[in-house]
Amino acid sequence: MTLEVRDLSVVYPPRGGVGPARAVDGVDLRIGDGEIVALIGESGCGKSTLARTLVGLVKPSRGQVLYQGTPLDYSAKALKAYRRHTQLVLQDPGGALNPKQNVFDAVAEGPRLHGLKDDLKETVHDALTRAGLRPPEDFYHRYPHELSGGQQQRVVIAGALALNPSLIVADEPVASLDASVRGEILKLLLRLRDDLGLSALVVSHDLGLAWNIADRVAVMYLGRIVEQGTVEEVLLNPRHPYTKALLSVVPSGAEDWRPTLLSGEPPDPTAIPAGCRFHPRCGRWAGASAADRERAACDRRELPVLAADVSGAACHLLDLDPPATDVSNAWENA
Amino acid sequence: MSADPTGTGPMSTEPMSAQPTSAGPTSAQPPDAGPNSAGTAPPLLEVRDLHVTYRSGDRTVPAVRGVGFTLAAGDTLGVAGESGCGKSTMALSLMRLHGGRAEVTGEVLFKGENLLTTGWSRLRAVRWAGASVVFQGAMSALNPVRTVADQIAEPIVLHDKVSTKAAEKRVAQLLDSVGIPAQRMRAHPHEFSGGQRQRVMIAMALACRPDLIIADEPTTALDVMVQAQILELLGDLVKDAGIAVMMITHDLSLLAHTCDRLAVMYAGRIVELGPSRQVLEDPRHPYTTALSRAFPTIGDPASRRAPQGLAGDPPRPSDVSDDGCAFAPRCARVHDGCRTEKMLLWPAGPDRESACLLARPERGGGAL
Repeated sequence: MTLEVRDLSVVYPPRGGVGPARAVDGVDLRIGDGEIVALIGESGCGKSTLARTLVGLVKPSRGQVLYQGTPLDYSAKALKAYRRHTQLVLQDPGGALNPKQNVFDAVAEGPRLHGLKDDLKETVHDALTRAGLRPPEDFYHRYPHELSGGQQQRVVIAGALALNPSLIVADEPVASLDASVRGEILKLLLRLRDDLGLSALVVSHDLGLAWNIADRVAVMYLGRIVEQGTVEEVLLNPRHPYTKALLSVVPSGAEDWRPTLLSGEPPDPTAIPAGCRFHPRCGRWAGASAADRERAACDRRELPVLAADVSGAACHLLDLDPPATDVSNAWENA
Repeated sequence: MSADPTGTGPMSTEPMSAQPTSAGPTSAQPPDAGPNSAGTAPPLLEVRDLHVTYRSGDRTVPAVRGVGFTLAAGDTLGVAGESGCGKSTMALSLMRLHGGRAEVTGEVLFKGENLLTTGWSRLRAVRWAGASVVFQGAMSALNPVRTVADQIAEPIVLHDKVSTKAAEKRVAQLLDSVGIPAQRMRAHPHEFSGGQRQRVMIAMALACRPDLIIADEPTTALDVMVQAQILELLGDLVKDAGIAVMMITHDLSLLAHTCDRLAVMYAGRIVELGPSRQVLEDPRHPYTTALSRAFPTIGDPASRRAPQGLAGDPPRPSDVSDDGCAFAPRCARVHDGCRTEKMLLWPAGPDRESACLLARPERGGGAL
């Protein structure tokens, strides 16, 4: 197992009279060797904070991040060593690259910081090649403004690869890229997994991205993972009302497409509702009979943290359903 | 609409005295009562051979290279394409909202009147009341130091010639129609969330009852859920009022649901035009095919662990020539003729047009 997170919470202190903000509020998560996990949620759900916690940029208020079974040590020296193994790729490559640094230096920066100066040329050459910038020599002396958005993101990914990491944490890696380039970058992430056995956590709001590249999906809402499982389980047979709503707003091209709109804005981590944190926006709760409401008590009964090693959804209302038939293989038989 | 695209706030640069008394509230006129109302009514909007060329030093950069289409009253047209394809430049130049260093040629006939040559005072009358614009960044399009009530009321007072009090009554109605409580009209833009600010922009666009709304990536920066809310809201409002919409976005699948017709742009030109669903399901241009595959259908085994992209990058506008197809270097089905022949938007079936040689009937027609 590459990375594991246990009972993780990140609380940001009050600012300007607002807060504290419970950005991550109890998360268990595992990313196996060579596994691609998609972390899906709306802005403000805590997914980016969780991603930053995984690479050691944010220190958790509670809980642990374990790399290869060992809890992270937050001393500067240990963190530096850790970051060789776990690399972060951000949404906006234009912002991530130094405009005054050419491609060679941008990719060589990581190895130089880590004192890996032998074979530097070869390292950069290989990283650029793997990232799909061929021939790499043509790119060495170019500056970010001379590159397209897709090429810039490849340079960022090459910079991550130069340290030979075992895990890449990518925060919305294609959100700022054009539609035609998006597929090319996603293909690259898949190929890196296949060729190098690289694990990845890909943070996104885009469920289509999960369908395109991920093995497992975790859906996050207001600091918690509300549903997780294999891509087929979660996307083809969603159980949590929030996952269902998110799936329904993906434009499908179907004639009868009818999105389930959640009312209101994404909620506020400084004021997390009691009970199930999703209940104020939950259509199923709103439409439930008085008897069901009494039994489920979503508005006051806390939900346990979803365990990392099982597929499932954190929803009281599911307990009211008759036992589910297993339809997770339905699409394979179709 | 007086905002320049670099954004000082939509109405802030508009001197009130510049409003000509002769212009009158165009919104009060029926759609066919334009200057050419004698005889058959012209379409609401007809764009002919529109070119927009930016000058950068001694170089010229063609951003829009001959775009033409018509829009009838109540029509909805989606314009899709990637960044740099000229879609926003094209849309903004219709209202002469492009930057100052651009040269615009061709004709933009709004109810028969050419907006590219008409006087500024007429143009100001058409902006807001005839056609309004929803810009993509609501935060930069709204004036941060004025209340939303002030900003929505300004065009109403200006165009409808009503008292501030009457205008505020309408502001309250408008905010209510976009789902914002009227009590919040005295709030400033920063007090609203991103989705709410885009709602305010839509309320503003509706303020003078226009016949056309141009929406430039109205939901780009928003979350999927908020995006769906905004699109549904906009769709309902324009349908109820019979307002025509031109919606610009890079997300093809989004447009299929919100627009009747779809124009796909590449390198400053429309390369495919037709009914949305047909364009999406049965593209007649290889570029449309690639764009539509970029967003997978969840549950489709063909796209599972198989993201589809398009190798290469869109051409820089400065590198595009008029000979041959601009898409040829990235096209999987390229052949010799593509590099030399002049591309036009040819008929490609009922109501459909394509700028691909493979779609031409004399070449076997539906070769795509």
